[in-house]
Amino acid sequence: MPFIPHTNEELKQMLTDMGETHVAALFDEIPADLLNDRLEAIPEGVSEMRLKRLLTEQLADEKMPLCFIGAGAYEHHIPSAVWQVASRGEFLTAYTPYQAEASQGTLQLLYEYQTMMASLMGMDVSNASLYEGASALAEAILMAVRVHKGQRKRVIIPRSLHPYYWDTVKTIVSEQKIECVPCDFDPQAGVTDLGALSQLSDENLAAVVIPQPNFFGCLEPVDEMTDWAHQKNALAIACVNPMAMALLKEPGQWGSADGEIDREANTRLEIGADIACGEGQPLGVPLNSGGPYFGFLTCRQKFVRQMPGRLIGQTTDLDGCVGYTLTLQAREQHIRRSKATSNICTNQGLLVTAATIYMSLMGPVGLRQVAGVSHTQTKKLVDRLIEIDGVERVFDRPFFHECVLRLPRDVDEVLRGMSLDGIQAGLSLKDYFPELGDCLLVCVTETKTDQDLDVFVDGFCRWLG
Amino acid sequence: MLIFQRSVEGRVALGQWVDGDLDLSDLPEAGLRQTKAVLPEVSELQVVRHYTGLSQRNFGIDTHFYPLGSCTMKYNPRGVHEMAMQPQWLSRHPLSAVDDHQSFLKILFELQQYLSDITGMPGVSLTPMAGSQGEFVGVAMIKAYHDANNDTERTEMIVPTAAHGTNPASAVMCGYTVKEIPTGSDGNIDVDQLREMVGPKTAGIMLTNPSTLGIFSRRIKDVSAIIHEAGGLLYYDGANLNAILGKVRPGDMGFDVMHLNLHKTFATPHGGGGPGAGPVAVADRLKPYLPIPTVVFENEKYRWTTKNDSPDSIGRLSCFMGNAAILLRAYLYIRLLGRKGLTRVADFATLNANYIMKRLQQAGFECAFPDRRASHEFVISFKKEKKQWGVSAMDIAKRLLDYGCHAPTTYFPLSIPECFLIEPTETESKQELDHFIDALIKIRGESETDPELVKTSPHTCVVKRLDDVKAVRELNLTWKPTIND
Repeated sequence: MPFIPHTNEELKQMLTDMGETHVAALFDEIPADLLNDRLEAIPEGVSEMRLKRLLTEQLADEKMPLCFIGAGAYEHHIPSAVWQVASRGEFLTAYTPYQAEASQGTLQLLYEYQTMMASLMGMDVSNASLYEGASALAEAILMAVRVHKGQRKRVIIPRSLHPYYWDTVKTIVSEQKIECVPCDFDPQAGVTDLGALSQLSDENLAAVVIPQPNFFGCLEPVDEMTDWAHQKNALAIACVNPMAMALLKEPGQWGSADGEIDREANTRLEIGADIACGEGQPLGVPLNSGGPYFGFLTCRQKFVRQMPGRLIGQTTDLDGCVGYTLTLQAREQHIRRSKATSNICTNQGLLVTAATIYMSLMGPVGLRQVAGVSHTQTKKLVDRLIEIDGVERVFDRPFFHECVLRLPRDVDEVLRGMSLDGIQAGLSLKDYFPELGDCLLVCVTETKTDQDLDVFVDGFCRWLG
Repeated sequence: MLIFQRSVEGRVALGQWVDGDLDLSDLPEAGLRQTKAVLPEVSELQVVRHYTGLSQRNFGIDTHFYPLGSCTMKYNPRGVHEMAMQPQWLSRHPLSAVDDHQSFLKILFELQQYLSDITGMPGVSLTPMAGSQGEFVGVAMIKAYHDANNDTERTEMIVPTAAHGTNPASAVMCGYTVKEIPTGSDGNIDVDQLREMVGPKTAGIMLTNPSTLGIFSRRIKDVSAIIHEAGGLLYYDGANLNAILGKVRPGDMGFDVMHLNLHKTFATPHGGGGPGAGPVAVADRLKPYLPIPTVVFENEKYRWTTKNDSPDSIGRLSCFMGNAAILLRAYLYIRLLGRKGLTRVADFATLNANYIMKRLQQAGFECAFPDRRASHEFVISFKKEKKQWGVSAMDIAKRLLDYGCHAPTTYFPLSIPECFLIEPTETESKQELDHFIDALIKIRGESETDPELVKTSPHTCVVKRLDDVKAVRELNLTWKPTIND
């Protein structure tokens, strides 16, 4: 009731104008046995004032621990300006910009976003976003299969990829009979075993997925994997943390053999991944229990017509002035229906609005600094923790702002103990990789001070003790 | 002007600079980035002013009447947004221990119960992130059900020609062949033709009711009987739930599975194209296949379900818990309206649509189905106007922008030429509706006396009519410093 503006007088007037006496008459085409005004599980409505009070009482139970969990969602500082501007009603309450002339704000912002994201990845083009990282990877895989005109339906995916990305990809792509082939990681290195990769069959191979960093935080041999994919005429799909790309080599530069002749295949190897996708959350989006986040998808120009999702293009108006509009819509479900590149209808516009404002505030240098400080703080913490008796790094490859440690006692007990101190000390890997034993995936961002690290180390010593 | 054109090399928003010496000695030199990303180098004020300026170049519900058919652009309560932006919610990591966050899980658990009540279906999973993902999930569950019964010959999904484009696209994503069924001249699905179409290959049907034509299919129970007798299942596209909220439950109509668009029916912000949320609800026989995670209450505690709890689940759809904070907003909206408020939504959404339709009919406009009631939306066609004065539905849509109304959905459904799909929603006042009706009448007058005025509109927006053909031909998707400056 609270948002229906009609007065009784207006209601009467409207009914009179329509030649009706009751609202109920408007439902007379619905079979009477279907009409049912009963909602039993739903409580009576409350005012905004009362609901806020109820919520405040509930929120008192919600703890706000010091968070050292990463594993696909990262707590970075978000400048106040990001959500204050993104929450403006004109951004918040607009919809997909079908009427371009009345949506230039959203459209220009998305064009700026496409530019920033494509450049951060070193790729030619970006779409206007997908739902989130894992489903974006699934869409990237479907796209790679389309590039091969559906003739190749096998995809190699490292086991070092986030296990929930694996699950999501399987749910989405297996309905189209695409085979996901796992590739093992080297148990010492914590990255894809290139020997194991080379043993895998390249028959019907559409793509190789290359995570950077991988689930363990380790840096994958991206150059070798990209070259291998290209030698097999498969696409290289980068699945990356965008924050990491401010510091690490971007997917567009992966591969070591630009222009080199591959003697075996007698082809020129191209540099760079073909598609780069991932989770955009680290760029100005709060943790928020897992969503809404946004997935990003970028690619080389030549694959743009196989891309799913919205694309914004620059054009001109009747007077020749520059403007922006949805473009290449002939790929999409509302035009192509059953022949569309994807069933996707929405993007995550609001989150992209926040990310665009965030990237503008940080700039190229500021973003690199955030990535660098996050990594430096992680290294500091790891260096101190491995001095504790029995605590060791599990993998020897370099990592980016997230690292796996083996503990000398039950990891879940340690986490429960740390939680009593108000610290979420990381993610136990027992449910994800039981073969690794008592392992902890720990992540530090720029939001953690040296004092926070002291508190962590103190607590850790006590609970391990 | 683009943000990049405000950039000056070396400028940094110092208020956001993170102090700290970097130690990158452990990272291999060859693995580091050598190029500078094209991000602007601007001050904080420049950023705030630039994006505030861009926001002012948008129509939104907060600024304009926005009767976009099939999208339910109702008021998004500000209180809900504020309550959902509390730091306790924002800072909650998706993988944090459930013991620390029982009240958040309780909210999701209750939302599952509310949606079950509203849909008349016992099983709910909140994880799909949009209507289209809900559709994919629904069809995947239908497939899982047939597969579990070794009923693998069912390869066809029936979809009305008037359906949302996402329906056939989602069916194809699950490996089905789409069979289209036309709509009769009364706006109903052709039941006789349906009877001939079904058979041992029928996996199911995807329907909205009221349909995309804004009409309630009276013979829905016959449709459900035909499909079920043929061994198929019925999918309900919840895009139009606002029309029957709290009045008719899709479960009672005989549907086996459906999605809800929380960003439509439950007023969560559309955000310039997303985020949405598309939870699915199912009948008992599909419960084992619901996507994970869902929330259960056991031993006085709320927790997430995993593959161990539901081994037959079609699986996971996103890394974490879908668009969790959108679910929270929908919950708060339901609490504000309560059970009485929710049923009044359908009353007034239907009243507003029928009022506009009747008044436009009285003014001589051509409704697609003049003998039928409108649901929460209806279709009018400008075929006559196009023929007489050469003014198309698109021209009229653009001219509406000059009158301060966002245009309705144009050229959908595809089966009606030169059409608008108009959905005013329940939160618009009589004054707004009258203004819209008057604007359409005036524009029709202009179409007769000065068609060029309409054909070259809009005239008052920040840009004139944009060239969509050029956007495709001269594809320009990113700004490049050398070309554009």
